[in-house]
Amino acid sequence: MSAVTIPTVYELSVPGRHGIDLPEPDVPPAPLPAGELRADCALPELSQVDVVRHYLALSQRNFGVDAGFYPLGSCTMKFNPKENEEIARIAGFAETHPLQEPETVQGNLAVMFALQQWLAEIGGFAAVSLQPAAGAHGEFTGLLMMRAYHGERGEATRTRILIPDSAHGTNPASTTMAGFTAVEVPSDARGNLDLEAVRAACDDTVAGIMMTNPNTLGLFEEHVEEVVRLVRGCGGLVYGDGANLNAIAGIVRPGDLGFDVMHYNLHKTFSTPHGGGGPGSGPVGVSARLADFLPGPLVAAAPDAEASRYVVAMPAKSIGRVSTFYGNFGMLVRAYAYIKRHGAAGLRANSEHAVLNANYLRVKLRDAYTVPFDRINMHEFVCRGAVEGTGVRALDVAKRLLDYGFHPPTNYFPLIVPEALMIEPTETESKPTLDAFVIAMRAIAEEARTNPALVKGAPHETPVRRLDEVKAARELVLSDRAKPQPG
Amino acid sequence: MTYVPHTEHETREMLDAIGVPRVDDLFADVPAGVRFPKLKLPPPSSEMEIMAEMQALAARNCVDPSLSFLGAGAYHHFRPAVVDYVLRRGEFYTSYTQYQPETSQGMLQALFEYQSMICRLTGMEVSNASHYNGATALAEAVLLALNAAQGKRSKIVISPAVHPQYRAVVRTYLRATHATTVTGDEDGRSDLDQLRRLLDGETAALVIQNPNFFGQCEPVDGLAEAVHRAGALLVVVTDPIALGLLRPPGAYGADVVVADGQCLGIPPSFGGPHLGVFASRREHVRRLSGHLVGETVDAEGRRGYVLTLATREQHIRRAKATSNICTNAAACALAAAAYLATMGKQGLRGVAELCFHKSHHAAAEIGRLAGFTVNPQAPSRPFFKEFVVRLPRPPAEVNRILRVQHGIIGGYDLGGDFPHLANHMLLAVTELNTRAAIDRLVSALSRIAA
Repeated sequence: MSAVTIPTVYELSVPGRHGIDLPEPDVPPAPLPAGELRADCALPELSQVDVVRHYLALSQRNFGVDAGFYPLGSCTMKFNPKENEEIARIAGFAETHPLQEPETVQGNLAVMFALQQWLAEIGGFAAVSLQPAAGAHGEFTGLLMMRAYHGERGEATRTRILIPDSAHGTNPASTTMAGFTAVEVPSDARGNLDLEAVRAACDDTVAGIMMTNPNTLGLFEEHVEEVVRLVRGCGGLVYGDGANLNAIAGIVRPGDLGFDVMHYNLHKTFSTPHGGGGPGSGPVGVSARLADFLPGPLVAAAPDAEASRYVVAMPAKSIGRVSTFYGNFGMLVRAYAYIKRHGAAGLRANSEHAVLNANYLRVKLRDAYTVPFDRINMHEFVCRGAVEGTGVRALDVAKRLLDYGFHPPTNYFPLIVPEALMIEPTETESKPTLDAFVIAMRAIAEEARTNPALVKGAPHETPVRRLDEVKAARELVLSDRAKPQPG
Repeated sequence: MTYVPHTEHETREMLDAIGVPRVDDLFADVPAGVRFPKLKLPPPSSEMEIMAEMQALAARNCVDPSLSFLGAGAYHHFRPAVVDYVLRRGEFYTSYTQYQPETSQGMLQALFEYQSMICRLTGMEVSNASHYNGATALAEAVLLALNAAQGKRSKIVISPAVHPQYRAVVRTYLRATHATTVTGDEDGRSDLDQLRRLLDGETAALVIQNPNFFGQCEPVDGLAEAVHRAGALLVVVTDPIALGLLRPPGAYGADVVVADGQCLGIPPSFGGPHLGVFASRREHVRRLSGHLVGETVDAEGRRGYVLTLATREQHIRRAKATSNICTNAAACALAAAAYLATMGKQGLRGVAELCFHKSHHAAAEIGRLAGFTVNPQAPSRPFFKEFVVRLPRPPAEVNRILRVQHGIIGGYDLGGDFPHLANHMLLAVTELNTRAAIDRLVSALSRIAA
């Protein structure tokens, strides 16, 4: 790849150039409101060729699943079906306005109604709201519902949420936003939640627990039923972080395990694309006792056949809106198509192969990198990325993988494993791809011993080498006209 | 159908390597009583079948952007083909958050340029790399204001002329805090003079929308000074297209500017995904939520970009983070950047002027019809691309006739959110509405009145 710096749109700008032609006004011009006008909106001036070449050049400096293996743990970077991109762009979906009368958008409502039902079926829940825009947004939503539930029962004194020390950072952050206190619960020697610690923490101040199952070590909680029993026994609710649903869709339903609420990451399990960091979609499923608190509107089938088939309605004790309109509908359409393409057997096959692939990588890598919890894992596993006795750290291994053409695994997470590399291959990667990754990882471990400077100086083949993050945070140049100044 | 590539032979080889006889054995930790449920889902479809099914579902919706006059927070605007060309690059849309900057320079630079253009457009000093949509961006702005007041102020004065759904989302976000919103009198008629009188030592922020929910420019002169005298922040919800023509909130003293960026090259898509624009003064940068892209250099001194100030974010700060946001709306920010770069200085001004002229033409023509009154609440106030019309008949009835008899999607019925505006609707006119379409609307309305 070229190492030449790509100019910004402002550097490419030439006064007087334009990239678009607009029709002349076909109405008489109205006088502009003099006191309200600006002189210049200060956008760049580029030709259309400039714009196309600029973004094409930028795209060539970006790595996506379409380019190669992307085993970013807990992110489920699976193949994004191309037909879904066509489907979401069908004018009948993309051009619909969210405030159109329900009878004019029956197709959209049919999609949403079915998706509510299918997600409820997959998760084992009584009801689903499609409104949250991302996983963390779903967490916040779920926690607000738990708060409303306890409040209604006169138990607003339940202020603590138990959170495993292996949890995603969004869990404690969402807990704080929802007005609760996060209480960290340690993991045990096998990577499960420490059952005694859970037991000791359970009292009448506990609002609930947030569990990720399988957890971020990629392990299915061996005591899940006991944890659920303990938390419910003290009057708490069980929240499931659905980020890792790709291991268990079609294998087990969190609702059947006693979970009260869970968010689904449609951009993970159901392969609506990650988009470079969103838009995602984070619907929330709940057990019957929380159903009335869901954010709305929800889509319902009309009770009388004379009226339009689908209507929208707010649940009785709704916590209110968490978003405008109906959530990220464009993602809902893709998830609908994805589920319909797969059917029940296909979803189960996805989980099975995601788990197969992750276990295969674990056994192929465990003699080169320490696997602290070396047992049958689910869709991902965690190893230590540091190569002992060489000074090579997980970050170095991650950067060196870039030279081999792979996106690195999640690194330094979960926090309970020092030098963690969290590897999630997903089901759409073939055995030859996994074998190539194993060869690269083993080669890097060997390089760490024979030529550690090579690994510690990586990457060497990317358009830029390691970047100075300290300088970025100190000088805080956040737009192209900001001059460096002490931050 | 799945996208699993394995042959039976490969699966066997992999099971052998793992040392288990069957795939089912990988799930021994799952409690047996609930393992392998029979899911009641429809049977799988082929690609051919799903395409046909989705086309048929889409065909059950009424769609005609040129004959739609519905706005109120989601808009039909022209989208140059370049925008979707950029969005469809697999290198962009199949990537994720830029935690490995060396292999994400494309998206990082695009987001840095997005931040740069948003700063100039809004007149602010810093922009984040996106929020989910305009309403959640506003909710985060309100949380920022409460945070800036260090928990000592608990009142958010919010204009009733802010989008009702935005106000609803803010109320939801504040459920778990000590803070509350006030909008003045119950029926939502309070103007800025009345809201100014509500500012006090308890107030963390005044939130206005400009142009407001009804499309009108607010009289903002002196407003920021009054807000700042009370020790509060001025938060402005705006319309990015309007900023091609109208003075930016930074010019009249806003501290935080938020907007829904859907109008910048993103289809309405039944309300999402949209784009949350979020910009502020530099002094608030450490309280900002969401990703920020910063410029830096690599080991050889070349310019490059990274996500910065991550110490604010949930994956580092956990329970003490400024927000829980992780996945945002990056692809929508990319679309907005490509849109703004393509439209450029002259193009955005041109679109804004077309919206202005066409909406004024429509308003003038409708205002001439007997029984219709345009902007009865404030007839002399400038407006941009939306305006209020008092109708001689209930809006639901009018909209039904427009649709059934004339193929027109009418305006937003204001009576539900504003009881004093029963029999009023909000109409939006953009560059996509031709004069012929406007004339058709006017002629249809004249017949409805008759």
